[in-house]
Amino acid sequence: MNAVAARLQRLRAFDRIGLIATLATLALAILWAFPLYWGLVTTFKPDDETVQSGVHLWPQHFTLDNYAHVLTSTKIGFWYVNSLITSAAVTVIVVGMAAGAGYAISQLRFPGRRLCWWLILASFMVPIPALIVNHFILMAQLGLVNTLTGVVAPQLIAPVTIIIYKQFFDSVPKDFREAAVIDGASEFQLLFRLYLPMNWGVTTALAIITFIAAWNLFLWPFLAVTSEDKMNITVGITQVHDAFGVRYARDLAVAMLAALPVAVVYLVFQRRVTQAIMLSAGIKG
Amino acid sequence: MLRSRRSEWLAAFALMAPFVFIYGLLFVYPTIKMIELSFRAAPLIGYGRWIGLDNYRRLWSDRLFALSFWDTLYFVVLSVIPSVVLALVVALGVNRLKGWMQSLMLAAFFLPYILPVSVVFRLWQWMFDKDFGVAQLLIAPLNDGQHLSIFRTIPLFLPAVALVTVWWLLGFNVLLFIAGLRNIPVEIYEAASLDGAGRWAQFRRITWPLIWPVTVLVFTIQLILQLKIFDQVYLFSQGGRVDATIVMVEYIYKQAFQLNKGGLAAAASVVLFVLIVALSVLQYQLLRARGAR
Repeated sequence: MNAVAARLQRLRAFDRIGLIATLATLALAILWAFPLYWGLVTTFKPDDETVQSGVHLWPQHFTLDNYAHVLTSTKIGFWYVNSLITSAAVTVIVVGMAAGAGYAISQLRFPGRRLCWWLILASFMVPIPALIVNHFILMAQLGLVNTLTGVVAPQLIAPVTIIIYKQFFDSVPKDFREAAVIDGASEFQLLFRLYLPMNWGVTTALAIITFIAAWNLFLWPFLAVTSEDKMNITVGITQVHDAFGVRYARDLAVAMLAALPVAVVYLVFQRRVTQAIMLSAGIKG
Repeated sequence: MLRSRRSEWLAAFALMAPFVFIYGLLFVYPTIKMIELSFRAAPLIGYGRWIGLDNYRRLWSDRLFALSFWDTLYFVVLSVIPSVVLALVVALGVNRLKGWMQSLMLAAFFLPYILPVSVVFRLWQWMFDKDFGVAQLLIAPLNDGQHLSIFRTIPLFLPAVALVTVWWLLGFNVLLFIAGLRNIPVEIYEAASLDGAGRWAQFRRITWPLIWPVTVLVFTIQLILQLKIFDQVYLFSQGGRVDATIVMVEYIYKQAFQLNKGGLAAAASVVLFVLIVALSVLQYQLLRARGAR
């Protein structure tokens, strides 16, 4: 009887600690979500409300004027298109190159294979921001400063993508390959009909995360482009200022529009995004 | 047999060609040129004569470079340690929850991570705004009731940027920690609680030793990432005081793109390069050690 009572008491203590832990986590989560919520809600407030004292968690007069202003009188349209084009180009080229190189290194034997693999591992360790000076000089020599091609080029160094493809191609059972080879499949057919279709999930995950990274990149697009028409959205919204001075709600509305595509992609493909992040950190998820 | 060997080579070369072209042009060539440029007295664009180690000597005696080195380290300490510790705490809290509660909490911590740095900058600029920012409600009572311009107050600048960075990147660490926690078999905990082990004992004897490799991984990833810090520091200091705080990539940017000293910038790049490669080799060894087990 005593033992049962003691056990019950321990269980109750257990629950109390558990409840406190849950509440603390909840409080922290609210704290974490607040800046984003606060920024978003500010974009729906008229100017006089943004400068009011006190914390109003919901606009008294809900308005879309800030978005209307931003969409009609800034170059956000250009920046959006530039970001879309460069991010899509980076994604397609990186995934295509990585699938090919990953397949060749995983499945084929050829002279220079070890050198290439070594080069990939080396570039994995190299900090790309240390190369900005010489990337800029190179782009200047090629006449690619202030062009979208110039924005794309240095982003194509993506060793992690190749490493992940190689790992996944390594784990495709050899029997499949041998059966296909007996049927007379060429290497390209093997890649496109067997190895890639078996790993569509990985391809999707890598494509999504490459796109998000390209969309979010700041340093290189900031250096490579100085004309407003060629800017990416991450650069445009911080480097071009409204002639009418500081308008908090408008600045935040532009920022929300810049975040919209990555937020949507994340919310739709949550599991793929987390999978890709764990893969690139070296944890098989 | 010989023919199939040849066709294998041909296929390999065709598949490797884009890689070789891209890496040759954008990785190998710029790296070699960077090292060469660091020995020349050259402007950003144009010819400079060979001056041996002079650029490195100048870096060594340049107080601004020293400042950038120490500020970078200071920023690393301010951002990496809190983000790793806090992420472990959050992961333990979130991992206890189930179902939609867990997904919702995880999303709250993770959503900031996928935002572009420019958006993070705008959000926090608004939070901390001197006149109308909500954070001033907390800051003013600590500052004799006066509003304070956080990003224009030099001693507060790097801590504030570090705070923003922890907010931004915490979700990534939390994600890796949760993956690590899920890999610990439930049976171990069940066996331990049958043996009468309390919460603290379970954490110390089971969770902590088994989560340690993930902790090391998260720590080194963050360390390498934060040594390359530029974006936030640059954005928050825009239009403000000059050179009171400066990080290494900012120093490179300044020398190359504002002062047109390509050679000196390349030398600083080489220093950063060596520093990070050394740390990455260490990380790679750690990862390999984990994989081998």
